Amino acid sequence: MSLDAHPRVTDWITMDGERLLVHTGKVDIGQRISNALLRIVQEELAVPPSKVGFAPVRTGTAPDEGITSGSNSIEQSGRAVALAAATLRKHLLCLAATQHGGDYSDWSLVDGYVHRAGTNLRIALTDLARALPFDLLVDVTLPRHVPDSAPVPAMRGITKMVEGRFTYVHDLDLPGMWHARRVSPPHTKATLREIDQTAIDRITANGMRIIRDGSFLAVAGPSEWNVVKAASSLGLACTWNSGGGLPETDVFARFTTEHAQRFPVISGTPQKAPVPDPLLAPDLSARFERPYQMHGALAPSAALAEWTGDRLFLKSHSQGIYPLREAIADSLDLSPEQVEITHVPGSGCYGHNGADDTAFEAALIAMAHPDTPVLLKWSREDEHAWEPYAPAMAVQVDAMLTDGRITTLSAETYSDTHRGRPRPGPNRAGPAKLLANRFRTDALAPYVSPPNMGTHAGMHRNLDPIYDITETRLVKNLVQGLPHRTSAMRCLGAVTNIFALESMMDKAARSAGIDPITFRRAHLSDTRAIALLDELERRLATLPTLADDMGRGIAYAQYKNAMTRVGLAVDLTVTDAAKVILNRVTLVADAGRVIDPDGLVAQLEGGVMQAASWALYEEVTWDRDGITSRDWDSYPVIRFDNVPDIDVTVLTDNSHRSVGAGEASPGPTVAAIANAIFAATGLRLQRMPFTPNTITQAAFDL
Amino acid sequence: MSLRLTINGTRHEILSEPDTPLIYVLRDELKLKGTKLGCGLEQCGACAVMIDGKVALSCATPVEVFDGQEITTIEGIADTEIGKRVQQAFIAQTAAQCGYCTSGLVVAATALLSETPFPDDATTSTALTPHLCRCGSHPRVLRAVKEAAAT
Repeated sequence: MSLDAHPRVTDWITMDGERLLVHTGKVDIGQRISNALLRIVQEELAVPPSKVGFAPVRTGTAPDEGITSGSNSIEQSGRAVALAAATLRKHLLCLAATQHGGDYSDWSLVDGYVHRAGTNLRIALTDLARALPFDLLVDVTLPRHVPDSAPVPAMRGITKMVEGRFTYVHDLDLPGMWHARRVSPPHTKATLREIDQTAIDRITANGMRIIRDGSFLAVAGPSEWNVVKAASSLGLACTWNSGGGLPETDVFARFTTEHAQRFPVISGTPQKAPVPDPLLAPDLSARFERPYQMHGALAPSAALAEWTGDRLFLKSHSQGIYPLREAIADSLDLSPEQVEITHVPGSGCYGHNGADDTAFEAALIAMAHPDTPVLLKWSREDEHAWEPYAPAMAVQVDAMLTDGRITTLSAETYSDTHRGRPRPGPNRAGPAKLLANRFRTDALAPYVSPPNMGTHAGMHRNLDPIYDITETRLVKNLVQGLPHRTSAMRCLGAVTNIFALESMMDKAARSAGIDPITFRRAHLSDTRAIALLDELERRLATLPTLADDMGRGIAYAQYKNAMTRVGLAVDLTVTDAAKVILNRVTLVADAGRVIDPDGLVAQLEGGVMQAASWALYEEVTWDRDGITSRDWDSYPVIRFDNVPDIDVTVLTDNSHRSVGAGEASPGPTVAAIANAIFAATGLRLQRMPFTPNTITQAAFDL
Repeated sequence: MSLRLTINGTRHEILSEPDTPLIYVLRDELKLKGTKLGCGLEQCGACAVMIDGKVALSCATPVEVFDGQEITTIEGIADTEIGKRVQQAFIAQTAAQCGYCTSGLVVAATALLSETPFPDDATTSTALTPHLCRCGSHPRVLRAVKEAAAT
């Protein structure tokens, strides 16, 4: 996709003085994609890291690579940059031979120079590259260079981070800049009835502006703290129509076939076809559930906007600047060319959080106050209450067992949409997915997404078991009209689907009386999966015996059944107070050819920690009057008092292509925690999060 | 009468109103952007600074409370040997992903090691539990603290 749209070498790599400048449409969101791209360029062109720079990711100049999501960046941007660099390498060596004599094979790339063996002839790579035609096409047939032994560069930005000098959108500070805060409605159904005039007068008398468009309301002014205080007092001066309040729907009760649009899923792809009948009298049957959860970025979303009267300049931590540009331009009756968006890092986002919404809201404020840069920050409460959540899900799994093997497996997954990003589409899909458009005078109704029929997309990602099972019956059930706006969070449906499937594997292994690793191996013919489980078994054999109150849970998955393979064991303790203490995680992964080994391990570890937080702590709560999980006390997450030792082994074989790894470990982690709780307590937990309350309740229900 | 703060060894007369939380004074008046705003509720630790050598959260407490005190922000952490070691250990362990929690954690780890040069695991965990990291760098942060203590 990336190379089809941007086929020239110069779309990806240009010269900037004595440096190479890498162009990518993928953005850093804590996952270190730029590190991996730097490493790829180093490997292909033998340049020191100091001679490689990165162009700003900006609409109009950066390649349009859609959204940075789905663990796709290595396979899209990484492949494009690698092949562009390989093309450059080939042509540089040819050019050197043509211009300076000798044979193509006499020349090599060393330390940023083109060098002729046996001579002291060295030409700076960048000088020679300037002689190449601008429209040189990327040769997609070239082999990737053999990885060299050059040291892996340190993580880009880490020194600035530890010194407090790394700049996030939140830190931008331009001359004459104003700050802005939103005054949020109590909930999504509410509309603004009136504002007490004395509060408005007081705020405007203090040199601040109130921006209102229907029920969208914000305050802007030169001093951030004064704006924070003004937004708070303005909030108290507002009265709202409740619109009937937030529906107190039991979403899990809505996850039934009669509320769903249903599609059989074959080889990961939903089909427009009748759904086969359910299994009659399955040997094993269980339903697994996840509540609404949030991305919960550490920094509430923010954006900087400036309107010059005919052009809009935005700085945003959006994961998709081109789709966002379309959606914002459409919302404001501008042409896309009038809108320029530059990516500036935010905190880790883990999917579609408030980034796009704040960019649009900053634009609304800036257009009401032209020729002034305006930095909008959502409050913590805004982010918790208004980010698009990961949808609640349910997965019903039924299995037939014969002679210690699963012969038939049925899995039905239920969820609202995972696709809430403001991508352009029919019925003004882009604008309809920007939060503020629901509240403006010409309000757009919340967008109702059509079913996502892509392979391993949305809720049905990893619904297909990775195992050799003779007969499977897989069904996607899209349930809409639920209380909350939802969108993409790390792994999409894969976390709940793997939680369900791997819990069922554990149940089936126990039912068959076979240990969980042997049981899984018996259902696998993929040699890399088997090798991975062998290695996991070897690692576990070196560990001390578990104490009596501990349990070990196993899980295995391959992300999208095509990317990184992860097998892991979680060792944990369930205390007398039914609290889960994570002791140790032993993880083995196979991501094919590894580009940035430490970056890969960091992603796998980070995925374990985030999934442990989902599994043990996180749940969005609400009542009629609005979201009640509005801060880190009412929406607890994992902290430093529950950190397991994590031992990661990466199986490396450079003959396999590099595959995405950022979302490979969370699914198996949730499942292994559930399986370990069963091992420790005999309780099969089927709804996240596994809190002391739910564990105690499960014990009562036995 | 205006407020006076000593920040990273330099005395400042503060012009912000006395009810302004310290973080807005640091970031907006003094342009020290290294201290991060995460919640404004003293729940996430991103805004940690050191006051007279002890870790304190800057996002909610009015600046007037700190009148006359010595404040160390992330920008001044490297002025001490311990702070420098902590920063080096965070780099060596690559103890960050997005880095938004990092300033607060480096400050907290420096305060911890200043008071307890060789903390046991439980002490470190207690000291860092007020700090959130959403990317899951926790194991690396713990290793970095251990490394900084050992060097």
